[in-house]
Amino acid sequence: MSLRIDLQIISDWIPDGARVLDLGCGNGTLLKHLQQRDISGYGLEIDNGKFAECIASGVNVIQADLDEGLPLFADQSFDFVILSQTLQAMARPDFLLDEIMRVGKQGIIGFPNFGHWLCRWQLSISGKMPVSKSLPNAWYDTPNIHLCTIADFEKMCADKHLEIINRSIVNHAHKDTLGIRLLPNLFGQIAVYHIQKQNS
Amino acid sequence: MPDTLPADSVGLVSTATLHVDTPLQLDCGRTLNNYHLIYETYGTLNQDKSNAILICHALSGDHHAAGYHSMQDRKPGWWDSAIGPGKPIDTNHFFVVCPNNLGGCKGSTGPNTINPETGRLYGPDFPIVTVSDWVRSQSVLADHLGIQQWAAVVGGSLGGMQALQWAISLPDRLRHVLIIAAAPKLSAQNIAFNEVARTAIKSDPDFHEGHYAEHNTIPAQGLGLARMLGHITYLSDEAMGQKFGRELRSGALQYGYDVEFQIESYLRYQSSTFVGRFDANTYLLMTKALDYFDPAHDFNDDLTATMASLQARSLVISFTSDWRFSPLRSVEIVNAMINAGKHVTYAEIEANQGHDAFLMPIPRYMEIFGSYMKKIASEVPSA
Repeated sequence: MSLRIDLQIISDWIPDGARVLDLGCGNGTLLKHLQQRDISGYGLEIDNGKFAECIASGVNVIQADLDEGLPLFADQSFDFVILSQTLQAMARPDFLLDEIMRVGKQGIIGFPNFGHWLCRWQLSISGKMPVSKSLPNAWYDTPNIHLCTIADFEKMCADKHLEIINRSIVNHAHKDTLGIRLLPNLFGQIAVYHIQKQNS
Repeated sequence: MPDTLPADSVGLVSTATLHVDTPLQLDCGRTLNNYHLIYETYGTLNQDKSNAILICHALSGDHHAAGYHSMQDRKPGWWDSAIGPGKPIDTNHFFVVCPNNLGGCKGSTGPNTINPETGRLYGPDFPIVTVSDWVRSQSVLADHLGIQQWAAVVGGSLGGMQALQWAISLPDRLRHVLIIAAAPKLSAQNIAFNEVARTAIKSDPDFHEGHYAEHNTIPAQGLGLARMLGHITYLSDEAMGQKFGRELRSGALQYGYDVEFQIESYLRYQSSTFVGRFDANTYLLMTKALDYFDPAHDFNDDLTATMASLQARSLVISFTSDWRFSPLRSVEIVNAMINAGKHVTYAEIEANQGHDAFLMPIPRYMEIFGSYMKKIASEVPSA
């Protein structure tokens, strides 16, 4: 089975044998995949059904609410802390980012780009909140309460003195098009960032 | 009692006894030159003896964890909700072993068995045993059954502490450990409750310094009080409120000191049935074993260092309304395991039943427990 685009990007960035923490790990697909390369660690998941799926696939999983931070984990105790497609659902994304950089030597953050032209088009032309493949919910029942654009995220990193080691911006077809390369915030649908503290 | 046994029951079960003549050196410095352990087994041991599960019981538990002794039994074993065909500890896959702890009162050597050296009951002279002593004695049972490595050691409350001790003391003899509603050691408040319970027993005029059997009596009042107190700590305020509220037995206030509220009646009933089935000296001993449990003590109180020897993968479960061993106590265990880089999975179950929740078939609890056991089952051939 092929991995979801963002998970494939993340997997490619993590070296064999690393110790990782996967926040909002879902059914444990990424961790299970990483186990084959001797990459160990824990997933954090709050959803009951997905939690049981993690157990079934033999992934270490801790039930925790990410909005409470990462109190279980010591400073700099993981090589990578991963947060994929979950940042936008946090009550305080900035607080979680601080926690990620406290616990992890490096962070990998993936999120749907709200600056994509379709989102802009829907809001500006129809006057309605965008609904898309990455953001399928209506405004009133969406878990995605803190959407951001690529520009917003990079500004937050700069404000927090975080260095962007690598970034991958793609569309759902996992194509790195010329449009994306020229205007990533307009044409990128999924953004994945590899970050660390500056001068670290 | 059921007229027919439920399909998901292990059915009619019988007990077995292991007599041991190899001396057991106890933590207190004394030695049991010989002893016996009574135990039950359910399911079938597979060819390579890799599908065995050890169940460790809690303070007032015993070796009768599941099924019925006879068709006249009013209730099945104490953990029948979790052990049986199709249940989380599925006896179609696993060979389940549950011994009565040393110092217990249901058949294993303890205060109410005969001391072979004196020909009289041990009574209060039975040495105080610790959780580590239990693990050592249970490993002798494992040797006897030819089980080199348990597929899992499983326990709730004091049983969870034994399971944890197994993983720490004999790391290569278990592949998984399930620690449910437990704590890495008792808090001052936990010890305080135990001390009140012990004081209730010891101050009963029928206690006779523990030699009550020789006076043909039992400290019923004291033991009953101890159980009442214990029972309050096993339930949550919410569960008690839902079950009894301020309901009156007779519908009107009596302005007297007899039983008026339903909760009073319930506690008295619980205490009277307990007195009929449990031994006061064993109660004292079990509470001391709880108080003494502190595996990190040997590691400069560093729980992470204590976990360094672990080889087993762990599942830790707590219950939101458990205030005897709250979720935070389980988190201490999980935190130490994570810091030691060990494999651990942790779930906090939403439940309003308090500490007793670990004995109940709460759907989400059973789902997680069952998923984990299924994963273990997939690693071993069935019988």
